[in-house]
Amino acid sequence: MPRIGVFIETREGRIKPAMSGVITAARGPNHELYGLVLDGRAADYKAQLQAFGIHRIVDVASPTGPLGWNPDTWARAIALAMREFGLEALFGLTSAMGKEVLPRIAAILDAPLLMDCLRVDVEKRTAEKSQFSGKTTGVFKLNGAHCLYGMRPNVIEAIPAPTEAKIDAFQAPVTEGALIVEALRLEASRGVDLTEAEIIISGGRAMQNGDNFRILRECAEVLGASVGASRVAVDAGWVPHSMQVGQTGKTVSPKLYIACGISGSVQHFAGMKTSGVIVAINTDPKAVMMQHCDYGIAGDLFEVVPILTRQLKASLNHG
Amino acid sequence: MPFKIYVCVKHVPDSAANITILDKTRIEEKITFIINPFDENAIEEAVQLRSKVGDAEVVAVTIGKPAAVETLRSAMAMGADRGIHVVTGDPPDSIATARALKAAILADGAPDIIFTGKGSIDSEGFQTMFRLGAALGVPAANNVASFRLEGRTATVESELEAGGRAVIRMPLPCVIGAGKALNKPRYPILPDIMKARKKPIRTVPMESLDIGTPPASVQLIELRPFSDRRQAKLIPGPVEKAVEELVRLLREEAKVI
Repeated sequence: MPRIGVFIETREGRIKPAMSGVITAARGPNHELYGLVLDGRAADYKAQLQAFGIHRIVDVASPTGPLGWNPDTWARAIALAMREFGLEALFGLTSAMGKEVLPRIAAILDAPLLMDCLRVDVEKRTAEKSQFSGKTTGVFKLNGAHCLYGMRPNVIEAIPAPTEAKIDAFQAPVTEGALIVEALRLEASRGVDLTEAEIIISGGRAMQNGDNFRILRECAEVLGASVGASRVAVDAGWVPHSMQVGQTGKTVSPKLYIACGISGSVQHFAGMKTSGVIVAINTDPKAVMMQHCDYGIAGDLFEVVPILTRQLKASLNHG
Repeated sequence: MPFKIYVCVKHVPDSAANITILDKTRIEEKITFIINPFDENAIEEAVQLRSKVGDAEVVAVTIGKPAAVETLRSAMAMGADRGIHVVTGDPPDSIATARALKAAILADGAPDIIFTGKGSIDSEGFQTMFRLGAALGVPAANNVASFRLEGRTATVESELEAGGRAVIRMPLPCVIGAGKALNKPRYPILPDIMKARKKPIRTVPMESLDIGTPPASVQLIELRPFSDRRQAKLIPGPVEKAVEELVRLLREEAKVI
């Protein structure tokens, strides 16, 4: 029975929504699934993890208590847990946190790792991911004692598979090494990271300035969405780089992506083309984005978005 | 002994280039290649550090086909003093790449610090910098948005989710993966480009490096064109009506809200 681990990412005492899809991807015939929790709250997550098919929850800590955030100690602790429980594969998210932790584990174990996977076959040890700015999809074979997979958030639909989970405590004998985390600056941090958002509304050149992003934020609030931007808007200094979607920004795959005043460069598509549903709002019906969307409205975003916000508010209140 | 700064750079297809799949795992390479954009931030930071340290040298290192020499020239036009070109055929995976970078760097000198980009835009593996750090037994930080060196201690800010940052302290030597927020890479001007042509490049065949026998590998078995199955539906009519229809479609047809 293959034992498969899942690195469970949490934020402020909650399992990140995108984790359910990752657990779904890790399931398979006869797989015994291990959920590795590092924030010291494993017991709180039991109901949710067993609902998606986790059989054993491993509460990973140091001998002196929970491990504070340090990607280096976390990676060493998880690598030790993988050996302790005989895990032959590990799944995680290709999120900001996953990008810090998964490659470090792979480096420690000298194990193969594929990040940003769109699909994984655990038995065949193959996985697919985008290559060359999303213009091609590569199929890869992983060879090694342990295989690591970072899933692109939201690409696998989460399907419940209830089971009964047991909690194991694992004290990893790790202490802070050469890499020290001195402080965390989260004051600038706003809500859900774009890479994990289920709905994103983004603005491009047509936004004209940073203040106008308020229109998008108002709509985002109603939808529970995150706000993104094209490179043009970031390079112009209207919004910070952490909001950039695209080749040199973030790769996202929300279930709904609303592109406002974004023409649709190759580089922007590279960052959002695997989104579930794409909506384009653009004055130019011939814009590339309008031709590669699911639904398009040819119109001025300054007119369309406020109406959308108002109608969504009314519709969701009555829904 | 000068302070040794190594910068690992990669020769990648321009993101705007058309990608044609030739056979199962190869692409047509008669397209525009560029230096990986994040590696430009790495070079920029290295060049700035050199001027602060004084007695320092910036060495650009690449692993790639013969044409990758162009990317070394770009790095040198931006200010790197010289280059090392590990010449290979098909691109090695990140496990072999990290081992080859380690071997090539250690054969050249003892690194005080190593910079590279936070990821490459062609394969987006997001791991070589960590593997290189582990192979050398030194710490690594990635997605770095600010960098400061005091004595032999580097303090960096590494970008976390949703715009947050972690302040990380590491002793030298260490590996730094440059993010876009780190700096604004300079544009080389013609005299810089001319000067770069005269800077020395050492060519090292991949086979001549001792990379041992990696216990693992990631092997590309097939490349397929990405197929976009979307059928764009433009919603006509006056804005109020069109938005109403959009909301209905999102709820009832797409079921995403």
